Parts: sequence; structure tokens; C-alpha cells
Amino acid sequence: MNTLLNYPVLKKLSSLHWVIAILFASTLYVTVCNLFFAEGTLLHVSDYTVSLLGKYLCYALLALAVDLVWGYCGILSLGHGAFFALGGYAMGMYLMRQIGDRGVYGNPELPDFMVFLNWTELPWYWAGSNNVLFMIVMVFVGPGLLAYLFGSLAFRSRVSGVYLSIMTQAMTYALLLSFFRNEMGFGGNNGLTDFKEIFAYSLQSPDTKLALFVATAIALAAGYAVSHFIMNSKMGRVITAIRDAEDRVRFVGYQPAHFKVWIFVVSAMLAGLAGALYVPQVGIINPGEFSPLNSIEIVIWVAVGGRGTLYGALIGAVVVSYAKTRFTAIMPEAWLFALGGLFVLSTLLLPKGLAGLLDKLLNQISPRQTETTANAEKPAAVEVK
Amino acid sequence: MIVDSKGALLSSQDLNTKHGMILYVEGVSVSFDGFKALNDLNLYIKDGELRCLIGANGAGKTTLMDVITGKTRPDKGKVNFGQQIDLLTLNESEIARAGIGRKFQKPTVFEALSVFENIELSLSGDKGIYSTLFHKLSGAQKDKIEEVLYTIGLIAERNYPAGRLSHGQKQWLEIGMLLAAEPRLLLVDEPVAGMTAQETERTAELLTSLAGKHSVVVVEHDMAFVRSIARKVTVLHEGSVLAEGSMDEIQENRAVREVYLGEEQAEL
Amino acid sequence: MLRLFSLLVFCLMSWHVAADDHLATAGNEQQAETTLASLLKQLPNTKLNKMAPLIKKIAATSAPQVPAILETLQAGELYYLKANKQLVHAQRTQHKKYDLTDLLSNAPLPSVTSSAIKKVRTNNRIRRQIGDLLSNMELNAKDPAIRLEAVKQLLDSPNKVGIKSVTLLHDNEPQSKIRELMSVVLAVEQLKAGTEAEKLAAVSILTGRLEPAVKNALVKALDNSTALSDKSELTRALSHAIDKIEQQGDLYQIADHLFFGLSLGSVLLLSAIGLAITFGVMGVINMAHGEMMMLGAYTTYVIQQTFPTLIEYSLLMAIPAAFVVSGLVGIIIERGVIRFLKGRPLETLLATFGISLILQQLVRTIFSPLNRQVEAPQWMSGSLDINPIFSLTYNRLYIILFALMVFFSLLMILKKSSLGLHVRAVSQNRDMARALSIKSSWVDAITFGLGSGIAGIAGVALSQLTNVGPNLGQAYIIDSFLVVVFGGVGNLWGTLVAAMTLGTFNKFLEPSMGPVLANIIVLVGLILFIQKRPKGLFPQKGRAAE
Ligand SMILES: Nc1ncnc2c1ncn2[C@@H]1O[C@H](COP(=O)(O)OP(=O)(O)OP(=O)(O)O)[C@@H](O)[C@H]1O
Ligand SMILES: [Mg+2]
Repeated sequence: MNTLLNYPVLKKLSSLHWVIAILFASTLYVTVCNLFFAEGTLLHVSDYTVSLLGKYLCYALLALAVDLVWGYCGILSLGHGAFFALGGYAMGMYLMRQIGDRGVYGNPELPDFMVFLNWTELPWYWAGSNNVLFMIVMVFVGPGLLAYLFGSLAFRSRVSGVYLSIMTQAMTYALLLSFFRNEMGFGGNNGLTDFKEIFAYSLQSPDTKLALFVATAIALAAGYAVSHFIMNSKMGRVITAIRDAEDRVRFVGYQPAHFKVWIFVVSAMLAGLAGALYVPQVGIINPGEFSPLNSIEIVIWVAVGGRGTLYGALIGAVVVSYAKTRFTAIMPEAWLFALGGLFVLSTLLLPKGLAGLLDKLLNQISPRQTETTANAEKPAAVEVK
Repeated sequence: MIVDSKGALLSSQDLNTKHGMILYVEGVSVSFDGFKALNDLNLYIKDGELRCLIGANGAGKTTLMDVITGKTRPDKGKVNFGQQIDLLTLNESEIARAGIGRKFQKPTVFEALSVFENIELSLSGDKGIYSTLFHKLSGAQKDKIEEVLYTIGLIAERNYPAGRLSHGQKQWLEIGMLLAAEPRLLLVDEPVAGMTAQETERTAELLTSLAGKHSVVVVEHDMAFVRSIARKVTVLHEGSVLAEGSMDEIQENRAVREVYLGEEQAEL
Repeated sequence: MLRLFSLLVFCLMSWHVAADDHLATAGNEQQAETTLASLLKQLPNTKLNKMAPLIKKIAATSAPQVPAILETLQAGELYYLKANKQLVHAQRTQHKKYDLTDLLSNAPLPSVTSSAIKKVRTNNRIRRQIGDLLSNMELNAKDPAIRLEAVKQLLDSPNKVGIKSVTLLHDNEPQSKIRELMSVVLAVEQLKAGTEAEKLAAVSILTGRLEPAVKNALVKALDNSTALSDKSELTRALSHAIDKIEQQGDLYQIADHLFFGLSLGSVLLLSAIGLAITFGVMGVINMAHGEMMMLGAYTTYVIQQTFPTLIEYSLLMAIPAAFVVSGLVGIIIERGVIRFLKGRPLETLLATFGISLILQQLVRTIFSPLNRQVEAPQWMSGSLDINPIFSLTYNRLYIILFALMVFFSLLMILKKSSLGLHVRAVSQNRDMARALSIKSSWVDAITFGLGSGIAGIAGVALSQLTNVGPNLGQAYIIDSFLVVVFGGVGNLWGTLVAAMTLGTFNKFLEPSMGPVLANIIVLVGLILFIQKRPKGLFPQKGRAAE
């Protein structure tokens, strides 16, 4: 490792290259091992593992979204689960329509739950939901619009800090209550489920699952690249500056509210994309996704991973989700203890998260001379607090 | 409006200063819960002038700067920048882009960013969302940053995170950020607090050299410093102007002696 | 059961049997009882068709046990032992098994199977006769409360016998309130069957009465008279009377919503008030605040389990206990975690959220994930009847009073005590306060303990209103924060106003749109309000607030 890191070529690689390389390698590995190694062989990766990994990657994308607003812009959103869920519902509506007349009631137009409620026609907001392009647009527009409305109200009137956090929590709570109502037309309590196929491929088939996993990996890489681009542009520096001294930014001539709304919307769209990829892989979307606890769990991924570093968010999401999977399998009642403990310990002892730890380790192995090298292009946020 | 639809600033060179005046503050009053921080205050700053503002603690100096920069809205009065720009209709960032720069009493820099980046963000230019997203530093801009770094003596610290600078260095960096923005009018609140005698001298030099090209308003308690730079001094007392004139005139002024210089006379 | 109990306790002696105008005055009690005993002996042998006169005689003895005996007979629980014809009150416990008590002495007897006893038979007519007799006895009762209750019942379900006795009793009734109600009963009768003039007189008596029966009678009378397409004085009087009653009804409907709203507001106040200290005054974001309430509720549960015989006093014991438990846990949290996160509100938020998860799981592990049953003491049940359509239930009334009491005590503590002074000093300028040798760390711990302790007290109150389970706190945390923010952080009065406003608003919306939608609308309204006025209803002033 030591010698490796000292190669000038490797030193020039930014975190973007590393993350994409690792993502690519692991996706390739999983794909090959899933397709070409038979069950029972050492290298086989089961279909179950594939969808589990797909889920983790969705979480990673979601964590990335939260990191953009919290880690870089200081907006602690306790309502990002709402954007995730909205993206998920947009996808869920499309999948629901793909069921066609194969539902329990065999109605070619209406999803089962609407027939059950004695509705005779689709509500207006379901119009177009069977069109792929429309769905893709809605995955971004739904969460983006909500973020825009909420953000422009909140940021223009300079609601910030914990007030904003509480408002975002109230927002997702209000949505939770709303989506529980049958009258909303989103399946109430049960949500949307019993999907059959996506783009005419059966959701049950292992190949579709693998394809969804690969698609998620690509989306994550793209999301990471976009975030990386933003954060290394001048805009990224403005956003970091807003986090540290919003007032000062204003007197330098930028409109912090505009930047905050913009990054909030971008982040919401990423979260929506994560939700849309998540739903076909788990086969259901219900109002539970709006619960404040979910949103707060995302924040803890980012905190554990290390906020303010993009790769930290990914590490946090995957590590904590993996721990959750293991814990809930072995001793379910201990999970909340562990999660609670994580919250407390990571804030007290690991303010920079795992990424901070990793950075320290790498620095010890091969001290990078951060202060003396004249390198103005260096991504500042990765290096410093 | 001097700000076009994209929020970009019309060059501050276009500012109309026909009568030689760059700032008009007329009849401004500000009250906080009935307490009058500013009381029917009038102040005129000439284009290119260096003006010192003195007054006891709580006289309203910082509040006046808050009013000019849009942080505090006055209860009544008029604040104009040049001939056409009514500052009361603009918000803080619009005022900044119109060409008014401000240094705070308590130094605030962007601690997570490097010294270089702090200055980069302060450069004048389009500050809209998309132009910052796709922004590339031009050669001229790089030169400008170098120049500023040189002026404030932070060339060696260019890649330091600003949070690690000493108090005095932060003061300098903040001044550097002001210079980079090339404002027509600089408002400087207590620039030499926390500086060594030597640094104070340098600051004095810098401020005097700025006058002419820029208009500068300096608030300072350090009388020796004021004396070293001042051409014209305004004394604030309880929210209004008590006296105005050269340092010597001010010292002779009876009202000022009574309310302000009373115990400090020996020093002067 | 309650009625039976009061009947026995207040032991009415004189009653009036309307059927034969026989007036049994309260004579020698002893003698009454021996007559009763001999009459009862005939019960097992009397044929069904001879039953009515016998029952009449029994009632006429005026012995104190009579109402209980008649009710037992009416309920079909009067049996006699086949062996010795002893009369017993039998209640089936399980299949073919009966618990017995002696009819006269109420002494418990050994349980038997169904083959050992035989029922004293009745039929519908006899049961109705008993009902009439009983209500008549009540109409004649000495205790005015029982008389009043009897008249009220008669109004709701009129019967001929009752009406006849009321006609006779009306003029001699000493209590004006009961007399009025009696005339209402009579007026309702007149409205049914009287002449035009009588009906008009009846309407004037009935105008302004709020009893539902009165309104029904008026509406029915109006229906009948319009059926005759009669634009008479009577029709006008009737519709006028109905309008007036409806107007009053609306008014009391509003009062009712207001009462419910205030009681909901009090719950919000109780849950937010602790937060108003920890968040509002100290600036600490305690997401485990809800769990402090949960701990208070569980403390109540534990106290009831430990002292099962003292349910009546359990709440009074729980209040200090919950204060101490939650307060101590609060202090531990402050010392163990929060103080290391000074000035980092977002981190504090996350860490305390973690603590809330741990506390929830702890309770789940110790007490089970299921909801626990916390009993309500007797004095919390029942209601204060203001008029026939408006009553205040005691539990809500107590909650309102309790919330206000806690609020004002806290206000006093913060205003008058030296702790209050120190708290405000520390919250406004920590360094300065320390320079004045105020032990800021000590003040922080105590203040946080105080806020948490009050949350514990709120939990005691909540245990009377909602399910006591591990998630109790979660349900209130968002609301609590919104109340504090809505009211204006750092302003206790703001919290009071905010809680009451939100509670009332919610309850006024609820009837037209259901509880969930009302909740959603209030939430969205709040979010919008805070966007417009980020500092709440009553913002804190000064530079420090910026
Ligand atoms: N936001 C505010 N709320 C309440 N009072 C304020 C506020 N801002 C200023 N004041 C009051 O207005 C008066 C003027 O304050 P200002 O800061 O302008 O004084 P100053 O002349 O700058 O004093 P110093 O020399 O100490 O900096 C002071 O009495 C201050 O308490
Ligand atoms: Mg000042």
C-alpha cells in the first residue's frame, strides 16, 4: 500500500476515479460470479445477494444525496426519506399499471386497490403513469418539485439549523399521514405492490434482478460523478462557504438562498432516483418509507461514513446497512441498541466518520504534504473539516 | 434597478456620481424596541474620499453599516448609492454586487476553504448559479488573485485553510477579499483591532492608498490610527452626527470634547 | 350498578304506588321488613298470573331492600334453592355454575350447579311493571339527585305511570330545578295530545330547553301541524322554539369543540413544556424528550403494579416518582453525552436521537413490546354536566387544570428562584456567567433534569389518555417541537398560546374532515407559518437571537 500510494500516477487520481473503479470492479465481479459460477461453487454469488447489494447501492445513492445538502451545505434534512419515497411511488405507479389485467380483479385499467375502493376511473394524477418516459420524468420532477417548493419557502425566509431540520421532519410526517389515507389514491396503508414486470421483463427472473443491480451501480456512478463535478466547481466552494458563514457569502454578493434551493433540488432528485431503483428490487413501496425514522437513518449513514466527503457517504450507507442486515438476522432486538449506540458514539468519537479515520490512516502510511504543495485545484472539502 | 434579470451586476463603473457624491444617507432612523440606535442621521461620502467614523461604544456606527449594506432596514430615511441606486430596495447580495464591500467588526472568513479560494470567491463578476457551476478562472483573474495575495502578504499561506490563520491574518484576508471584489465603496469596521503596531501601520498605508480609486469609510476606536489616516472625520453620538471636519477641528469642537473626548484628551 | 348502590345508600323510605293510590308512609322499618320477609316467602309458590298483585304489595312495604330485590327479579337473577326454598341472588360464573348471595342479607353462599336452584319466573309484562314501579320509587325518593335522575329518564322514555305520578308530584316538589323539569315532562305530553291552547302553552315552556327529547317532541309536533298545512300561531311558535334550541345547540357545540381543543392543547402543552426549557431556554435539541415522557408513563405503570390496592392514589404517587426518574435519566444524558456537544446543535440532535432509540429498546426489552394497561382511578371518570347537551369529562378537565398548574409552577421557578436566574444568565452568556462564578455545568445539568422531569410528569398524564407503549414518546416529539417553535423559542408564554391554539384548531377541523386530515392540515399550516415567520408567534428580541 505504502509504495503503491507513492506512485505519482496514483497520487493524481482523485476520489472520483477510485470510487468509479471500485464500483466497476465489484459490479463486474458480482455479475460474472452470478452468471458463470454454478450454485455451490466457491465463487458463486447468489441471486439473493445480488438484490441485497442492489438495495445497498440504492441506499448509497440516497446517502450521497443527503451528504450533498448536509455535509457540504449544512442543511440537515430529516426528510430526505420523503424524496426517496416519492421517486419510489413514481416508479411504483408505472409498475402498477404494467400489471394490466393480471391483478386479482382483472381490471385492465385500474390497479386492484382502486377497484377495491369502488373507483371507476383513474384519478387525474395517474394519467400517463403507464408511459415509461413519463415515469422517468416524474421520478425526478416529483421529488424535485417538492424540494423546490419547500426549499424556496424555507431558504428565502432564512429558516436554518435545527429549525429547518424540524420542518423537514414535519414535512415527511405530514406526507406519511397523507399517504396512509386511501383517498390519496396511492394504495393507502398497503402501498403499491404485486408488481409483475418492468419494461416487459419479469421482475421475478434472476436476469432482471441482475440487470437492475447493474443499472443501480451505473446510476450511482453517474450520481457520484455529478456530485463530484458540482463540489469541485466554484459552486461547490460557494456551497461550502454557505455552510460555514452564510452571512458573509451574502455580503460577498452571492444569493445563498438560490444556491441552497438548487442543491436541495439536485439532492432530492438523486434521492428520487434512488427510490425509483429501489422499488422494483424490493417489490413494494408503502407509506412506511415516509416515516421520520427512515429519514434519520439515512443521516446516520452519512454521519458514520463521514459527512463532507462523498465517498464517506457511500461507505457509511453500505457498512451500516450491512450491519443492520446481520444484526436483524442474528438478534433483532439488539439492532435498535446498536443503531442508537452508533448515533451517540459516531457523533461523540468520530466527528469525521469512517472517511476521516481512513484519511488519517492513509496519511500515516504516506503523509501527503497538504500544506506546502501549491495545488490550488485540490478538492478542499475532502481535505479539511 | 441596476441588477439585470440574471442577477448580474451592471459594472459599477457605470455608477452615476455626477455631483461627486457616492453615498447619500439622509434622515435615517433605526430603532430596536423603542431604543433609537440611529436618529435622523445624515451622512454624505464623496467619490474617492477616505472618511473616518468615530464615536463611543453603542453610538450606532455598526448599525449605520448594517443599514447601508442591507442587513438592517431603517424605519425611515433614504440611502442612495450614486445618483440612481436606492439601496433600500436591494437585498444584501444585490448591494454587494452593486459595488459596496464590507469588512465586519468580527473577522469572518470561509474557514474550510483555502486562502486562495476565499479570494477567488470574492472576485467581482457574475455570481449566478450557472456561471459559478461552469466557472473557469481566467488568466486575468489568476493574476488578480496573485496581486491581492501579495498585497495582503499571504502568498506563502495561499493553500492554508483559512480557519488555521491567526486573528491578524484573518483580518488581512478579509481585507483581501474586499480588494478582490473591487468595490466602489468600502466599509471597514475596526480593521486594526488585534493587529500589532507594525501591521497597523501597514493597514493605514493600504487604506490611504485605496482612497482615490475607491471610497472608504473606516470605523475605528484607535485614535492614533485615525489620526494617521484621516482627512475628514465624522463623530457619531447617540445615533446622529455630532460633528464633522478634520481631526484638528474635531479636537477643538466643544460638543465633542464634552461628550466624547472628555477623558481621552490627555492622550491626544 | 351505580344506581343500585346509591339506592341502597340513600335508602328512600317513602314511595308512592300510583296504581291504587296507596301511600305507604315511612313507618316502622322493622315492621316493614318482617312484612317484606313474609311476602317474599310467597314468591316461589306464586303463579305467573298472580305475580302482579304480589309485587305491588312487596313494593308497598317500603323496606329499604325493595329496589334491589325488584331489580334482581327484573334482571332474572332471582332464584330459590330447591332444597329449602331460600331466596337467593344467583349469578352464573361458568357453564351451569352459579355464585349465590342471600337475597335479604346479601351474605355470600356456597356456589352451586344449576340443578340445585330454580328461577322465579317473570314475563315481559311483569318486568315492565317492575320498571314502572322502580322509576316511581325514584320519583318519590327523598334524595333530590335520585328524583332528578328519575325525571330525566322519564323525559327520555315516557311511560303512563310515571307521567301520572309526575302530574301529582309536580306541585309539591320542593326543588325548583326538578319542578321545572317535571313541567317539561308534562309539557311534552301536552304537545302530543293537548288542545291547541295547551300546545301553545307547552311550547312556551319548552322554548330554550336543551334536552334532546324536547327537540324531538317539538320537531314531531311541527311535522304533524305542517302536515295539516296549518299556518297557525302554533306552527310559528314551534318553528321559533326549534330555531332557538338549534341556535343554542350550535353555541354549545362550539363550546364542546373548544373544551376538547383546550384539553388537546393541554396535552400538547404538557409535552412541549419540558422541551420549552431544554430547547427553548438552554438551546439543547433533545430528541429523546418523548422518551422522557414514556419513562414517566411507565413509572405510573410500575407504581400501579407495586401498589395494586392504591389505584386511587397511584397518580398522585406517580407524579413525584416520574419527575425523579425522568429527571435523573435526563441528568445522566446531559452529563454523559450532551455536554460534550455544546454548541453543535445538529450533532446533539443526532446523539439524542440515538439515545431515544436505546431507551425505546430498553423499555421493549424490560416490559415487552406490547402496550401496558394503566388504570384510571375512580375520580378521573365521570363528567360534570353543565346542561343536557354539554358536559365536561373529568379526565379532560383535570388534564387542563394539571397542565396549567405545571405551567405556572415552572414559570414561578424560572422567574423567582435563583436557579431560574442562573439558567437565564447561562443561556444568555455562558462565559460571562462563568466569570460571575455561576457553575454553568451544574446549572446545565439541573436545568436539563428539570426539563426532563417535567416531561416525566407529562408522561403520567399521558398514561391516562393513550396507550402506554415503547412508541409513546415518538408520537409526541414532532408535535412538541412544532409547538415550541410555533410559540417562539425561549418564550414560555408563547408555548402556552401555541399549544392551546393548535389544540383548538385541530378539534375545530376534526368534525368536518376527520382526525388524520385535520392533523395533516395543521402540520402543513404550521410549516407554512414558520416559513413566513421563522421565529414563531412571539420572537425573542435582541442581537443574541440572531
Ligand atoms: N439587533 C439589535 N437589537 C437590539 N439592539 C441593537 C441591535 N443592534 C444594535 N443595537 C443597539 O444599538 C446601539 C448601537 O449599536 P452599534 O453596534 O451600532 O454600536 P457601535 O457604535 O458599533 O458600538 P461599538 O463601538 O461598540 O462597536 C447599541 O446600543 C446596541 O445595543
Ligand atoms: Mg460596532
